[in-house]
Amino acid sequence: MIKPCGLHCIKVNHLGVTLGHQVILEDVNLHIHCGSLNVVIGPNGAGKSTLIRAILGETEHTGKIEFKDRENGRIQKLKIGYVPQSLNVEKQTPVSVYDMIAAYQSNCPVFLRKSKKLRERILEHLKIFEADYLLDQQVCNLSGGELQRVLLSMAIMDSPNLLLLDEPVSGIDKNGMDLFYKTIYQLKEHYDLAVILISHDLDYVKRYADKVILLNKRVLKQGSVKEVFRSDAFSEIFRQEKEEEDK
Amino acid sequence: MNSFSWMQYDFMKYAFLAVLIIAPLFGLMGTMIVNRKMAFFSDALGHSALTGIAVGLVFGVNNTDLSMVVFAIVFALLLNQISSKVASSTDTVISVFSSFSIALGLAILSKGGNFSRYSSLLVGDILSITEEEILYLVLIFIITILFWIICFNKLLAVSLNRTLAGSRHIPAAWMENLFAVLTALIVMVSIKWVGILIINALLILPAAASRNISENMREYHFFSILFSLFSSVLGLFISYYVNVATGPSIVIIASFIYFITYGWGRKNNR
Repeated sequence: MIKPCGLHCIKVNHLGVTLGHQVILEDVNLHIHCGSLNVVIGPNGAGKSTLIRAILGETEHTGKIEFKDRENGRIQKLKIGYVPQSLNVEKQTPVSVYDMIAAYQSNCPVFLRKSKKLRERILEHLKIFEADYLLDQQVCNLSGGELQRVLLSMAIMDSPNLLLLDEPVSGIDKNGMDLFYKTIYQLKEHYDLAVILISHDLDYVKRYADKVILLNKRVLKQGSVKEVFRSDAFSEIFRQEKEEEDK
Repeated sequence: MNSFSWMQYDFMKYAFLAVLIIAPLFGLMGTMIVNRKMAFFSDALGHSALTGIAVGLVFGVNNTDLSMVVFAIVFALLLNQISSKVASSTDTVISVFSSFSIALGLAILSKGGNFSRYSSLLVGDILSITEEEILYLVLIFIITILFWIICFNKLLAVSLNRTLAGSRHIPAAWMENLFAVLTALIVMVSIKWVGILIINALLILPAAASRNISENMREYHFFSILFSLFSSVLGLFISYYVNVATGPSIVIIASFIYFITYGWGRKNNR
């Protein structure tokens, strides 16, 4: 295992996204350190998922994303691991966990044969998340928590510098949530990577986040849990949310 | 009756050869078409054959086969483009374009009361295939196998989650377009022998049956190709001995395989 060196950082400078005439995100500035868990919170429609897609390069955006060595300022190529919210699999889809991971990770055609070497490599990563017993199961039969662990294993296979998690906790029970946050915490402790996580569950954010980013089209507040949770912007937004829910 | 009496006839030999090439191809392509829920897309492509011929006639093209293939490729790319851009549901969009294209084709081809010349295209006739045309099938067979070996993983990755595929630097749009073009090519090259009305059944049924009983990609492909070959060969012989059209007898057998696997899958999976 590699200890986080704390010497890399990812800088998002003046990022903006406009779809048609609608401004989804504007002037987003972030500074993410390796070995830190950064949680993005905000109301529905705040542009959280768009932010992830912009960082991935799928959505066109203005501004820059840089990955730097802090010591000598050398710019490196950023490797991103992404864990999506869900997959397009229906009941009875004949895709096993091996098939799915191999499809993303290798060029050895999955319809022809199973590569032993790849199988070992996948198992090794599934073990980190206690998911190795799932290797030959169909992806469509996994529970929400199991799928999440499988996707996480896949996301760290290329040893990424940045892990992006898009609302991964929907459809998971409380035990699953605890396990999930613990694993993420371990990950960022033991691997040299930064994590950006979109979350709705403020209790877990409070307990685990190193840094919180309050987003609503622009960054309203960012900093430690205390700083953000005590800010005016935070109470403003989450009071509104609560009122809407109560209605 | 000698059971190999059919070997005396060249047309049966050619038909047999053609079936041995087309069936595995359809089994292979079908797996992805079913996975990506593109059944309606391939159906629309089949129907566009008429329009392709009609457009060829209007522009005075001598070889309407060529205009058919070109039109199908353009049509496939257009459908792909539109369904990714338009917000309303994909099958509605495809239906609109498919209806328009087939109406246009029928209108042009029926001008002057001549449509009966083209009605053979509806049912197809595998017994009329020639040596040269089998060579085309071999060519497309080789292209498809190569494409499958090189691109299948990426195609599967894109179909599971586009954004995730993008994060792995898999060119999603390219993959989708290449697949659409290849589907168009295969449908157009085989439509004369299989027929517009049943070509989609041959693409969908073997894969759908295989899906009932498969748990991974290797089983899925193996059974799909097996079912496709089995129903095509058996269908050809039944049509020879019973004297019915080949396409429909293949489809009937493939349908039975689907029903059986459906029952088997329900019993064993839950």
